Amino acid sequence: MAMMNPENYLILAALLFAIGAVGVLTRRNALVAFMCVELMLNACNLALVAGSHIHGVLDGQVGAFFVMVVAASEVVVGLAIIVMIYRTRRSTSVDDANLLKL
Amino acid sequence: MILLETIAEPVAATGMFTWAWTMIAVPAVVAGLLLLAGKLSDAWGHLLATAAVAWSFAIAVCLFAEQLLAPATERAVAAPLYTWFSVGEWSFQVGLLVDQLSILFAMLITGVGGLIHVYSIGYMSHDPRRRRFFAYLNLFIAAMLVLVLADNYLILFVGWEGVGLASYLLISFWQHKPSAAAAGTKAFVMNRVGDLGMLMAISTMLAMFGSSKFTEVNAAAAETAPLWATLIGLFLLLGACGKSAQVPLQAWLLDAMEGPTPVSALIHAATMVTAGVYLVVRSHALFEAAPTAQMAVVIVATVTLLAGAWIGTSQDDIKKVLAGSTMSQIGYMMLAAGIGPAGYAFAIFHLLTHGFFKANMFLGAGSVMHGMNDDVDMRHYGALSKAMKVTFLTFAMGYLAIIGFPFFSGYFSKDHIIEAAFAHNTFIGVCALIGAGITAFYMTRLMLMTFFGEKRWLPGVHPHESPKVMTIPLIVLAILSVGAGIVMNFWIQTWLEPALGTHAHELSLVPTPVGWATMAVVALGVVAGWLVFGRGSIPATAPATNNPITLAGRNVLFGDQVNDFLFVSPATALASGVDTTDARGIDTALDNSGRAFAGLSTQMRRLQTGYARSYALTMVFGALVVGAVLILTQLG
Repeated sequence: MAMMNPENYLILAALLFAIGAVGVLTRRNALVAFMCVELMLNACNLALVAGSHIHGVLDGQVGAFFVMVVAASEVVVGLAIIVMIYRTRRSTSVDDANLLKL
Repeated sequence: MILLETIAEPVAATGMFTWAWTMIAVPAVVAGLLLLAGKLSDAWGHLLATAAVAWSFAIAVCLFAEQLLAPATERAVAAPLYTWFSVGEWSFQVGLLVDQLSILFAMLITGVGGLIHVYSIGYMSHDPRRRRFFAYLNLFIAAMLVLVLADNYLILFVGWEGVGLASYLLISFWQHKPSAAAAGTKAFVMNRVGDLGMLMAISTMLAMFGSSKFTEVNAAAAETAPLWATLIGLFLLLGACGKSAQVPLQAWLLDAMEGPTPVSALIHAATMVTAGVYLVVRSHALFEAAPTAQMAVVIVATVTLLAGAWIGTSQDDIKKVLAGSTMSQIGYMMLAAGIGPAGYAFAIFHLLTHGFFKANMFLGAGSVMHGMNDDVDMRHYGALSKAMKVTFLTFAMGYLAIIGFPFFSGYFSKDHIIEAAFAHNTFIGVCALIGAGITAFYMTRLMLMTFFGEKRWLPGVHPHESPKVMTIPLIVLAILSVGAGIVMNFWIQTWLEPALGTHAHELSLVPTPVGWATMAVVALGVVAGWLVFGRGSIPATAPATNNPITLAGRNVLFGDQVNDFLFVSPATALASGVDTTDARGIDTALDNSGRAFAGLSTQMRRLQTGYARSYALTMVFGALVVGAVLILTQLG
C-alpha cells in the first residue's frame, strides 16, 4: 500500500482546529461551543500523532493519550456546569451567562 | 614655637585631684534628683542644690590650695576618667585638665554660682516652681564645669551644649510669658549658629591634627599651615561670638534678660557668656599661628565693646543696660585675648573681676526689682538710695569697679587691657578708651536714675530692703568687687604664665600716661552723665527723639531688624516657596497622575464584557500572536 504523505494529516488537523475555533467564536449554544472545543482538542491529537509518526518517536502518541484523559475530565466538569446553568436560567446560550463583569 | 616650650606638660592626678570629677558629678546628680523627685523635694530642693554647689566650691578651693603649694611646673594636672568611645582609629577619652586657668574658672563658677544660689533662695521664694529653677541652676553649674575642666575640645563641646541647654531652660523659665518663651528660643537658635562654628572647628582639628586634646592641638597648631590654623581660628571665633554675644551674633543677649535676674547674673554676666573668652585663651597657640584670625578677634571685640556701650546708654530697662554693659565688657576681654600673649592674663583678670562686679550689679538690680514689684523701667525708680541702703551701697561698689575708679577691681583689669590695646595698635587703643568713657557715662546714668533724683515710683509701690538671704551675697560680691583687683593684680600674670606661655609685664601702682588718660576719660564720662541725668527731672516715659544715635541705641542697633532682613525674611521666603512648590507642583502632579490612571482604568474596564465569546476571541488572537512570534523567530 502506497504510503500517504503524512503532511496531509497535519493539514487535516489544521482544518479541523480552524473549524473548531470558528465554531467556538460564532456559536452561542453552549453545547455546540463545547463540541467545537472537543473538535479542537481532537485536531490537536491528530497533529500530535501525525508528528509522532513523522519523527518516528512515541512522544506525540503519549501526549495524545494525556489530551484524551484531560478532555474526558473536562467534559465531565463542563457538561455539569452547562446543565446547572440550564437548570437555573432555562437557556444554554453562552451570551446569557454574562454576569461576570463590572 | 618658643612660647610653647614654656608651657608645662600636665602631670598625673594624685591626692585631691582624683576628686576633681565630683565637682561636676555632684551638681549633675542633684539636678537629676530634683527633676525626678518632683514635688517630694519641694521643701528642701533649694537647700540640697545650694549644698551641691558648695561642695564643688570646696573641692575647687582645695585643688587651688594644692596648686598653690605645688611647684610652678607641676600645677597643671590631667585626670583621665574613661574612654568615651572608639571609632576606627579614633579613640575619645573623657579627661579633666585642672590647670592654672581652669581652676580660676572653676572657683569663679562655683563661688559666684554658690552666692547666686543663696540669693535665689530669697529671690525665688514666692515662685511655685522654685525647685525646678534650682535643678536647672545645678545643671548649668555642672555643664559649665564640664566646659572649663575638659581636656579636649570634644568634651568642651559637650559642656558648651550643656550650658546652652541650661541657658535656654532658664531664660524661658517663666514660660507662661510669651516673650520669655520667645527669648529662650531666640537665644537657642542664635547659639546654634555659633555651635556650627565650633563643630566645624573640632572636625577640622580632628582631620588635620588627629586629636582634639588641648595640649596636642596647641602643639600641632604651631607646625601646621597658617591657612588651616586661620580656618580653625575663625571657626572658633564664630563659636565664641555665639556664646559670648559678640557682634554679629549679639542680638540674643538683651532678650535673654527675660529670665529671672539670678540667671542673668550667673549665666548672662559672670560665667556662660565669658566661655568665648575662655575658648580663645585656651586655643592661644592656634591663634598665635594665625595672625588673620587674631586680627578678626580684635576687630569683633572692638566693634562689640563700642556697640554694647552704645546700647547701654539708651535703654530704660535696668537689666538691658547691664546686658549691654556685659556685651561691652566681654568685648574688652575678647580684645585682650585677641592681642596675643601680652593680653591673655589681662583677659582672664578682667573676666574674673567682671564676674564679681557684674554679678553684684545684676543681683543688686534684682534686689531693686524685688522691692519695686518687678518693675524694670528705670524711669519708675529714683531716690532708692534711702529706701534700700544695702542694695545701694553694694551696687555703688560694683559701679565704682566697672567704671574703673582707682584701686577698685575694674581699675586694674580694664586699664591693663586699654594699655595693651594701645601697645598693639593706637586706633584700637583709642576705641577701647572711648568705650571706657561711654561705660562711665551709662553706668552713671543708671546710678542716677535708680538711686538718686526725685521719686518717680508708680502708685502702690513701696520699696523695701530685701531679706538677708539676698543682701549677704550682695555684700560678699561687693567686697570682691572692691578687693579682687588689687589682690590679683601682681599675682595673676605669673600664675597663668606656665599655662598660657605669657610673659609677665612690669606693673606698678603708679598710673602710666595711658592710665592717666583713662582716668580723665572716665571722669569726663561721669561728669557728662551727671550733667545730663543728675540735675533736671527725668520724664516718666522716654522722650520722643529724632536723634539717630539715640534711636539706634534704643532699638539695640537694629540687630533684630538686620537679622530679620538678612536671614529670617529670606528663610521665610524660601520656606513659603518650598511650601508653594510642594502644594502646587508636586501635589498637583501626583494628584493628576493618580487621576489619569483612574480614568485609564475606567476605560480599560470596558474590556470586561462578560461575553465568553469575546474572551475566547482575545485568547485566539493571543495564541495567533504567540504562534506568529514563534514561527518568525524560528525563521530568523
